[in-house]
Amino acid sequence: MINRNPQLDENGMLQHLLTTEGLPTSILLHILDTAESFVGVTERDVKKIPLLRGKSIFNLFFEPSTRTRTTFEIAAKRLSADVINLNIAVSAQSKGETLLDTVDNLSAMNADMFVVRHSQSGAAHLIANHVRSDVHVINAGDGSHAHPTQALLDMFTIRHYKKDFRNLSVAIIGDILHSRVARSQIHALTTLGVPEVRVIAPKTLLPKMVERLGVHVYHDMTKGLKNIDVLMMLRLQNERMQGANLPSAEEYFKYYGLTSEKLSLARRNAIVMHPGPMNRGVEIDSAVADGKQSVILPQVTFGIAVRMAVMSILAGNQV
Amino acid sequence: MQLPDAEILFKDLAKKIKNDCDKNVALIGIHTGGVWLAERLHQELEITQPLGTLDVSFYRDDFEKIGLHSEVKRSNIPFEIEGAHIILVDDVLNTGRTIRAAINELFDYGRPAKISLATLVDRGGRELPITAQYTGIELTLPADKILVLKREKSGKLSLDLYDKNLPE
Repeated sequence: MINRNPQLDENGMLQHLLTTEGLPTSILLHILDTAESFVGVTERDVKKIPLLRGKSIFNLFFEPSTRTRTTFEIAAKRLSADVINLNIAVSAQSKGETLLDTVDNLSAMNADMFVVRHSQSGAAHLIANHVRSDVHVINAGDGSHAHPTQALLDMFTIRHYKKDFRNLSVAIIGDILHSRVARSQIHALTTLGVPEVRVIAPKTLLPKMVERLGVHVYHDMTKGLKNIDVLMMLRLQNERMQGANLPSAEEYFKYYGLTSEKLSLARRNAIVMHPGPMNRGVEIDSAVADGKQSVILPQVTFGIAVRMAVMSILAGNQV
Repeated sequence: MQLPDAEILFKDLAKKIKNDCDKNVALIGIHTGGVWLAERLHQELEITQPLGTLDVSFYRDDFEKIGLHSEVKRSNIPFEIEGAHIILVDDVLNTGRTIRAAINELFDYGRPAKISLATLVDRGGRELPITAQYTGIELTLPADKILVLKREKSGKLSLDLYDKNLPE
């Protein structure tokens, strides 16, 4: 059996977006370039284009989310698709229906695309393997595995401000252990040719053998932030912590919270990113979050164009 | 087959537009050949409005068939569409579907007073009720041939013909 990437069809075309891992550079760049032209659309008076008219896109969110679900919904609506939001926590699953039964029922309502967020790693992959070949699945975050559209909008943001990936030093800072965002960012950054990717975190918040992903590990912000062009902060995921990963949020802030003083250790024109939601005073100080070097809100805006690009590329790749 | 000289066609086309329009008209080129042509016309006719460019990929009617494979460029309309007289510029006019998509896209920017169409070559084969107001030349070509505009590094324009089934 040929072991091919489950996101690609036999011609190498993107059928589902489940993870940034193993995607070729050409596909990542195609998404970023397409998103570039969608930014033009989002700046017009009429922000809608007719590309996905008549398509039904189901937002299946098994985990709470505001920003991601909303930006997916806006993206789909700007493409003229019909969007159906399902709040699974209060619907069928709580009555005992299985995940695949839910998907089958929605497929019977002629769904063309599923956007899936789930607390279990691999949930989107399971659905992608199960649906008809003309139905597309986008992973909007599965457990601590992957969050590819977040990573792609981060790449879009980096390219917007820094132009070229091939001369950058990027640091991902914080709770790498629980972060699907960090994993997707690392795969995307290395594929796009960023020569120096660092992770900065206490030992208790790093996965074992994280070096194998092609990153350099630092436990100290002073050393780790030297010559850094891009700081990618992560949220401290209190809800995923079991037991004693950390003594306290205050102590975490003291050593790893991004303050203006710590930011001054990076390159002068470094940008600060955060996928949201932010814990002010825990992983990032308000002075930095609202400061000149912060590009946190542009990230959200670009997220719409990037999700429009992913949806339209998938919908256009019919077998 | 002997193709006409694109530079001579360009001169003719520019003359026709000049005789008919003042410098307040706005030019919008359709990617990619139409943009090259519009850039040259913009200079030649000393148009005062900045040049607009349009990529109609998001408005095409064959998305279901071919998807979004080619590189999509960003549309850029740097002037007020509302009330403007616009000349859409494309290199080759054939089925008229590209122009239909372009008109639809323009109306998402506003309501122009008037839209005209200028094309270097009208090769017939229309599938929609669309016609050009300014044409360099009318040519009858076999349906299995594709006519494209090319631009050399020097900026010189030329026409090229190739088979539909063969790569460019």
